[in-house]
Amino acid sequence: MKTKTIYKPTDGLVDRDLSYCPGCTHGIIHKLVGEVLSEKGLIDEAIGVASVGCSVMSYEFFNCDMQQAAHGRAPAVATGIKRVRPESAVFTYQGDGDLASIGMAEVVHAAHRGENMTVIFVNNAIYGMTGGQMAPTTLLDQKTTTSPTGRKKIGTGEPIRVSEMLATVPGATYLERVSVHDPKHMRKAKKAIEKAFDVQMNKQGFSMIEFISTCPINWGINPNDSLKWSVENMIPYYPLGVYKDGTKEDSNE
Amino acid sequence: MAKVLMKGNEAMALAAIKGGCDAFFGYPITPQNELPEYLSYHMEENDRIFVQAESEVAAINMVYGASGSGARVLTSSSSPGIALKQEGISYLVGSELPAVIINVMRGGPGLGGIQPSQADYNQITRTGGNGDMKVLSFAPENLQETVDIVKESFDLADYYRNPVMIAVDGLIGQMMEPIDIDKPIRKIELPKKDWTATGESKKRGKRNKIVSLHLDPYKLEEHNLNLQKKYDKMIENEQRYEMVNMDKNPEIVFVAYGSMARIARSAIDLLAEENIHVGMLRPISLFPYPQKAFDSLPKETKTLLTLEMSLGQMLQDVKIASNGKHTIEFFGRTGGVVPEAEEIVNKVKAILKEAK
Amino acid sequence: MSKVNEKLIVAGFGGQGVMLLGQLLSYAATEEDYNTVWIPSYGPETRGGTANCSVIISSDEINSPVVSMCDTLIALNEPSLKKFESKVKPGGTIITNSGLIKDYDYRSDVTVHAIDASQMALEIGNLKTINMVTLGAYIGAKKIFTPDQITAIFKKIFTGSKEKLIDVNKQALKVGLDAIKA
Repeated sequence: MKTKTIYKPTDGLVDRDLSYCPGCTHGIIHKLVGEVLSEKGLIDEAIGVASVGCSVMSYEFFNCDMQQAAHGRAPAVATGIKRVRPESAVFTYQGDGDLASIGMAEVVHAAHRGENMTVIFVNNAIYGMTGGQMAPTTLLDQKTTTSPTGRKKIGTGEPIRVSEMLATVPGATYLERVSVHDPKHMRKAKKAIEKAFDVQMNKQGFSMIEFISTCPINWGINPNDSLKWSVENMIPYYPLGVYKDGTKEDSNE
Repeated sequence: MAKVLMKGNEAMALAAIKGGCDAFFGYPITPQNELPEYLSYHMEENDRIFVQAESEVAAINMVYGASGSGARVLTSSSSPGIALKQEGISYLVGSELPAVIINVMRGGPGLGGIQPSQADYNQITRTGGNGDMKVLSFAPENLQETVDIVKESFDLADYYRNPVMIAVDGLIGQMMEPIDIDKPIRKIELPKKDWTATGESKKRGKRNKIVSLHLDPYKLEEHNLNLQKKYDKMIENEQRYEMVNMDKNPEIVFVAYGSMARIARSAIDLLAEENIHVGMLRPISLFPYPQKAFDSLPKETKTLLTLEMSLGQMLQDVKIASNGKHTIEFFGRTGGVVPEAEEIVNKVKAILKEAK
Repeated sequence: MSKVNEKLIVAGFGGQGVMLLGQLLSYAATEEDYNTVWIPSYGPETRGGTANCSVIISSDEINSPVVSMCDTLIALNEPSLKKFESKVKPGGTIITNSGLIKDYDYRSDVTVHAIDASQMALEIGNLKTINMVTLGAYIGAKKIFTPDQITAIFKKIFTGSKEKLIDVNKQALKVGLDAIKA
């Protein structure tokens, strides 16, 4: 009987087990990013910047050179790398605490300068690694360890929509928000990642893909229910879609 | 008073409330998260202020603002986060603002690790900020001592108009011990806070400015000389230490603080079982360094064995304080490794063997 | 308050109630005016992996809060048993769940209480009480606390929505205690 390989793990990822919690979508997102880099022939020269959060160990999983950044500083670190290694695909991999809290200035300015980098932004509305504190993207009334009675608008503000906000920055060329909660959305997310890296390698500027993600452990619900929760609660507030496509504007000139 | 079992981080948080803390600004970082988490609930309950800032830098600047407006303020973090705060701490010192800063130390450098460490000694005592700055700093060894010092620190900060740092290692932050949270602490007579920028310039009859910029170098020098007078007062009044087992006139004396001192106590007991009597000089204040303790060592003491959870940062201050009177030895573990008492015992035996 | 100097390690996998078991003993010690220190392990191994804590209960001042060699080990799964067995002092005590740890070659210089806590918890009707069954065995084996002193702590800790857990945990405690008497 002849066998044909119809699916195998991507060589964009190192052949090893991931250390993320069961049911965490980091696994899916890592895979999609790895697949895109591999299929586009970018993985060998790629340089990734790991951030501080649950994905602090991402430098063990992406099958390319990696550099660890201090909390929030990944876009600045990536700027240094891309300026010196412009031929490499350079990406950051950041959570919502890293990118939208301490790292807000860095991501805005990397976008502002139009750095040819790709930011992979994993938004699960909570601080995972440190045990479930409130994040800038935590929803109103959502209970976390530092919003024990639920997030309140007065005092902590409404959750921040990063893709919408960065769309107002001229240097940001491609911004899309995606989800990975079912195969259909995973396929769309992969296309978004492909587009983001195309923008980078065509030197068309800054790209970011924001992923709606889950955190079963700190949300306190099982993985399946977490996916449902993200669809029912996060997506209405953080609508999926393309928030900026500067490549279309270029072609109109 | 009945004792309650509490986790170090939470005990410090409660102690801050009892010490009259008006406002807390902080950010998540392991291993101190239980402190802001506790305050996120209890500050509101006590009608006080809690803000989870966007970063440690933002938090220390919120502290700076709130302090300038007259509040008793607290921030907490761990080693890499304290490093981020150093610019803000320099501004606090230069502007003569009170603040309490809790550092739950972890391994470094860089992102390091999350296990307990004492490798911030230089960051604390030399400070990581610019200019001639000093931070009144304490290193308690157990939860009761920690709680007492945290409570007192708000008065000390107000009295000196300077930041006060309490440095504990991750072990103290994470452990649970029974404490008497209402144990009375000494009350300090505090001067009126008439220098604060509270938005009452008309009522006050004069405008208050909180500034650390002095472009005229002679004025800046004068300002620094005044700060030095403050530091001198701290050196005069705030040296805190404990001498252990000195009645045995020990030849070898440990110099250790925090959890390392506690582990050393077990080493003292183990050695005593073999009729080897060592003493311990335990600094409780890191700045000012307890020079008085060194001056009071028995004349029989020949060797100071410095014990640290670092590559040896306090070692330099031990050498300075000893001023050539003793042989200085060192034993340390670093990276977040916590030593066992037996390791210290073995070091003492090695020293004694070499002496023969 | 009698003369006590107990160093205990409790180990298992995350979710087995290892931390709570240790804490309950420290709470009981505080009530009885003993000195006590509870230290959790919070290293990377705790992420969905192993969990352990150490407890010191003493009628004297506690010096080093760190437990290197312990008097008693409570191991709720085999990897934990393998990891910590060598840390038990000769003449010490090991308490394990024979429901999960089968055919184990224990050290001969320690007292071993391998009780089928899984079976006992199943019989009570709540598998989550394995840690409490084991706690019952501990107080039966070491006799530092009475069952009443522990259940008094249940009343303090299990409040609000957790209050309904008190009865089943009291049952589990008794079952574990009885297993030692047998």
